[in-house]
Amino acid sequence: MTECNYDEIMQLLCDRLSTLTSSETAITADTNLISELSIDSIKLLNLIMEIEDSFDISIPINALADVQTVHELASLISRIKSAH
Amino acid sequence: MNLLEKLDAAAAVRKSLLPDGVGAFGIPIEEVYSATEARIGDRRVLLLGTNNYLGLTFSPECIQAAHEALDTEGTGTTGSRMANGSYSGHRALEQEFANFYECCTGIVFTTGYQANLGTISGLVGRGDTVLIDSDSHASIYDGCILSGAEIIRFRHNDMIDMEKRLRRLGDRTTTTLIIVEGIYSMLGDQAPLAEIVQLKNKYNCTLLLDEAHSLGVLGETGQGLVEKTGLLKEIDFITGTFSKSLCSIGGFCVSNHPQLDQLRYISHPYIFTASPSPATIASTRAALKLLRNGSNLRKQLWKNCTQLYTHLNTVGYRLGPEPGPVIAAILDNPRQALQLWHGLLEHNIYVNLILPPAAPDGKSLVRCSVNAAHTNEQIAHVGATFEKLYQQFLVA
Ligand SMILES: Cc1ncc(COP(=O)(O)O)c(C=O)c1O
Repeated sequence: MTECNYDEIMQLLCDRLSTLTSSETAITADTNLISELSIDSIKLLNLIMEIEDSFDISIPINALADVQTVHELASLISRIKSAH
Repeated sequence: MNLLEKLDAAAAVRKSLLPDGVGAFGIPIEEVYSATEARIGDRRVLLLGTNNYLGLTFSPECIQAAHEALDTEGTGTTGSRMANGSYSGHRALEQEFANFYECCTGIVFTTGYQANLGTISGLVGRGDTVLIDSDSHASIYDGCILSGAEIIRFRHNDMIDMEKRLRRLGDRTTTTLIIVEGIYSMLGDQAPLAEIVQLKNKYNCTLLLDEAHSLGVLGETGQGLVEKTGLLKEIDFITGTFSKSLCSIGGFCVSNHPQLDQLRYISHPYIFTASPSPATIASTRAALKLLRNGSNLRKQLWKNCTQLYTHLNTVGYRLGPEPGPVIAAILDNPRQALQLWHGLLEHNIYVNLILPPAAPDGKSLVRCSVNAAHTNEQIAHVGATFEKLYQQFLVA
């Protein structure tokens, strides 16, 4: 994957997250990854590694500390991707 | 939730994993009899949950050296080396570590935890990058956080993933510190050092190796993975601890870069803490001599490691990828691990229980640490007990 905008990232995240969560909640930009989707931290870290490979980026773990919602994760990815 | 309620919530999670009365963490040890035996409650137990790899905790040489230092220099230094001065023992031990690793510079820290904190935060800062193995010890993670550098993890011992991440860093690799461990403390496996060195050279990075669990264990003279692989000259910085094979408390960093000495003036974990007590330094110096000349102890240690690893493997336990002094049985869930741990204790064998999130990838581990002082009979007894409990708890 090369050129990629925020919407595509959002779409990919929502697709992947819906397969990981057991919660029935519809996933939107404001959905909280941990508290609403009850995805444990290990699954989340594996998901992050998968995403890193799809976008050919490394997400520093310091940056993840500020990520709570799907929107925040998508913006982080798009920020790192465009800095490349 | 206020601050105390948050602690209550954490306690509730812990209690949900451990039934009342089972104190698997911080278990009270009432008396220690030797390098292999102690009393827990009213049980005389076999110790397989210590990092006493060479079995030197009661070595007469180390005890005598500590006694003499107590008599001549007192119980403590009461302050930091920067503010209150360096005793001759601190300086001598630094020189001895530098000589041992054929390096120009050595620094002693008050613990191995602080050696990593102090070295990492002294070497990198904001704008730099650290590339660390995902199974890294907490002292490495905490050192990285303290440093303010950007932290990137690669999959445990996965050189393809590591190279991908180096490539993604572009020209930032020259300000990147790679950090790996000689033997990983959870599964007892070793880092693929030759490939790591190759990548470090290809991408022009700096490499730090933590030999905490491999010091005294690997290599003819016990230098660690650097000696086993013959790659000593390729490593920029080596850290380690006195708390395992050297049987005291403290840590060190050695390097052939004379710039390491600057850490004494900038590294808070070196400066703002009291220096190791004279008795600690004295017993460590005596233990380092025994360690260097301890090839027979290493032979016995490896014989024990292989014996137990092979036994547990044959029984059917899922283990780490290779034998070593750390042998971890990987269980499917925390309950199973707790059952096995508790069963072993009921048979008077003390091992470590490691539950998520302390173990990597959500694993639950029952971890044994083998040492050179264990007899063949003791190791055979531990193997047989694991075998019995496997039939009891793990065969569906
Ligand atoms: C890999 C590793 N590094 C560092 C340390 C810290 O050593 P110390 O016990 O001296 O603080 C440990 C020990 O727990 C360790 O396992």
